Amino acid sequence: MDIKGATNLLGNEVITTKLDEAVGWARESSLWPMVFGTACCAIEFMSVAASKYDISRFGAEVVRFSPRQADLMIVAGTITYKQAPILKQIYDQMSEPKWVVSMGACASSGGFYDNYTTMQGIDEVIPVDVYVGGCPPRPEALIDALLLLQKDLREKKYNPNRHANFKGALDA
Amino acid sequence: MPNIFTPLLARISPLKQTLSEDDLSIEVDAKNLFNNIEFAASAGFDYLVDITAVDYLSYPKTPVARYAMVYILRSTDFKSLLTIKSFIINEEVESITQLFKAANWLEREVYDQYGIKFTNHPNLKRVLNHHEFVGHPLRKDYIITNGQHCSIAESLMDEMDVQLEKHNLKDEEHMFLNLGPSHPASHGTIRTLVALDGERIKAAVTEIGYLHRGFEKSAEHHTYSQVIPYTDRLNYCSAVMNNVGYVKTLEEMLGVHVPKRAEQIRVMLMELSRIMDHLVFLAAQLVDMGALTNYWYLYNPREDVYNFLSKLSGARLTNSYMRIGGMSHDLYDGYEEDLQTIITNVQKGCADALALIKHNRIFHDRAKDVGIISAKDALSYGWSGPNLRACGVNSDMRYLKPYYGYDELDFDVVLGSHGDVYDRIMVRFEEIEQSIKIVKQIQATLIDGEINIADRSIILPQKKEVYTSIEGVMNQFKLTFEGIKVKPQEYYGSIEAVNGELGFYVVSDGSGTPYKMKVRAPSFLHIAALPEIIQEYQLADAVITLASLNIIAGEMDR
Ligand code: SF4
Repeated sequence: MDIKGATNLLGNEVITTKLDEAVGWARESSLWPMVFGTACCAIEFMSVAASKYDISRFGAEVVRFSPRQADLMIVAGTITYKQAPILKQIYDQMSEPKWVVSMGACASSGGFYDNYTTMQGIDEVIPVDVYVGGCPPRPEALIDALLLLQKDLREKKYNPNRHANFKGALDA
Repeated sequence: MPNIFTPLLARISPLKQTLSEDDLSIEVDAKNLFNNIEFAASAGFDYLVDITAVDYLSYPKTPVARYAMVYILRSTDFKSLLTIKSFIINEEVESITQLFKAANWLEREVYDQYGIKFTNHPNLKRVLNHHEFVGHPLRKDYIITNGQHCSIAESLMDEMDVQLEKHNLKDEEHMFLNLGPSHPASHGTIRTLVALDGERIKAAVTEIGYLHRGFEKSAEHHTYSQVIPYTDRLNYCSAVMNNVGYVKTLEEMLGVHVPKRAEQIRVMLMELSRIMDHLVFLAAQLVDMGALTNYWYLYNPREDVYNFLSKLSGARLTNSYMRIGGMSHDLYDGYEEDLQTIITNVQKGCADALALIKHNRIFHDRAKDVGIISAKDALSYGWSGPNLRACGVNSDMRYLKPYYGYDELDFDVVLGSHGDVYDRIMVRFEEIEQSIKIVKQIQATLIDGEINIADRSIILPQKKEVYTSIEGVMNQFKLTFEGIKVKPQEYYGSIEAVNGELGFYVVSDGSGTPYKMKVRAPSFLHIAALPEIIQEYQLADAVITLASLNIIAGEMDR
């Protein structure tokens, strides 16, 4: 019996779908962020989590501070060379599937700290899925990044190999 | 001349001296440096404000030596400032750690940034840059963009071993636990390694520098006006406050005074900044105690402040609203209403939070008698602001050395008595009330008038002039590209910022770019005391003690 036949037979009692779509829907609606907050951008993340912008409207309010319990890393703030090995370690500790949002000019490119101590973008050491511009980005911009990621999960499905060719400066 | 300087000058015969109002700057021979500082400390200058160095390599007029050390001291009553400068020949100088606890980390920073060695220093290692870093970035011949990767964090066991030795714990068995920098309780940028006996902390070592973003080097590569956005990001919870601290220092160097209305607006915005900063502090502190509800009570009113600030400056967090000689524009029409909303909601948020904790047994048990520091130690560590006031010491510059008409305003300096976590929290709750009182007074007395000085060598011309006259274009062009010219001098200016004394030590060389800039950041001096004050407390106490210091990484690491 094909899917149509099954739907006809069972009516509204059961919803049929494809497995990866069901999984994608579950992932999309329950992203658990691990906030790697280091600087000013982290203060704007606080706003995203507070009542006015309320990230829970998008199913991503379960902020974890343990990388092992999270699947969405939000890097909010400047990453210095000193911080880079820590960032990489935390990223490595997150289990697949995982995504990275680079929040703000600093995390994305070093921002206006073009100097001896600031890494010129976190993608020197870890792969990034969504970049958010702004110094700091407005809360809406971060939410937009979240929606973008969710759309991706919904439509294009999750590709575990998308960063297969990534090689960071601290990778052996 | 204030009497306090008389015995000092009788004993120390400086090579050079300049006196202005309550402040004295002297230059002494490197040979006598330690003795002179020791004497100054015993003669009433017993509060160390800052230590830094200057590299004169590319200074237009070459002085006697490449490096000079600069020590800034304050008198016991906080009213007089003494700056001691000394040229050093062999890049080595005696440590003053035995005189001031604050000197430990301040000297480490000088070593890290300039490569100057301190003899008899107990732990002379880098503090801001990572352990694999080669060279000293604030030396003038270090190229600003020369970044160096760090492959792995250091173990810190070298420092821990010294601590264990010091406390006679070498032979006992401990569990070592690393808190941070990425840890729920360490707010992202502070790392503490603790040696535990059960839950009790027997020894601790703190490492910072994870957010060292090279503010001071970047400042040397930008015009004075371009530095303003960088100051936003020192203490990013209260950006406008840093703006004012910086532009006020520059205005003092230029010898100009902003109009009365500008002063009043500055005071109003500084007090609003104080309120919004304390709100983040209290929200985060209580969350760290497990009192999550308070986060919403206390953080939400911040949105009202953001609303006001974005209408005012276009930005929520990083406002860059101040200008040298004034501010970017005047208050907007109808701001009064927004201000009223802020006040109402902040007061409600605080009342709601206090209703939850004021008589709450758990809160009292956790916060009282935890993380105590004595007034003496706090002063020796160079503490300031609410953390010092929680120990019962009045160090409030708004009251002791009033500027911008603070002496005409009616407000209380809030003091604690015990120097524990509880006092540090309650002092801030009350300071919010006092700041509201100030804001209301300003609003009631705000005068009409100009907000900028009328000096075309400092303030940009009106757009209309730029578009219609060649003088206007030239004026705009020169100010933008060459910057405001500041005649050669070395100056320290400070304000009472949210976390304490925020100061800027600026060396100018006559051009439009600072030759050197050092920020005296209260958080840097507060964090240095952490390992000592969490010792013998439980691990969970260390978490809330750290939170109670309100360490803002942006200003701590710069
Ligand atoms: S992007 Fe801007 S706001 Fe964000 S961390 Fe960097 S300097 Fe701060």
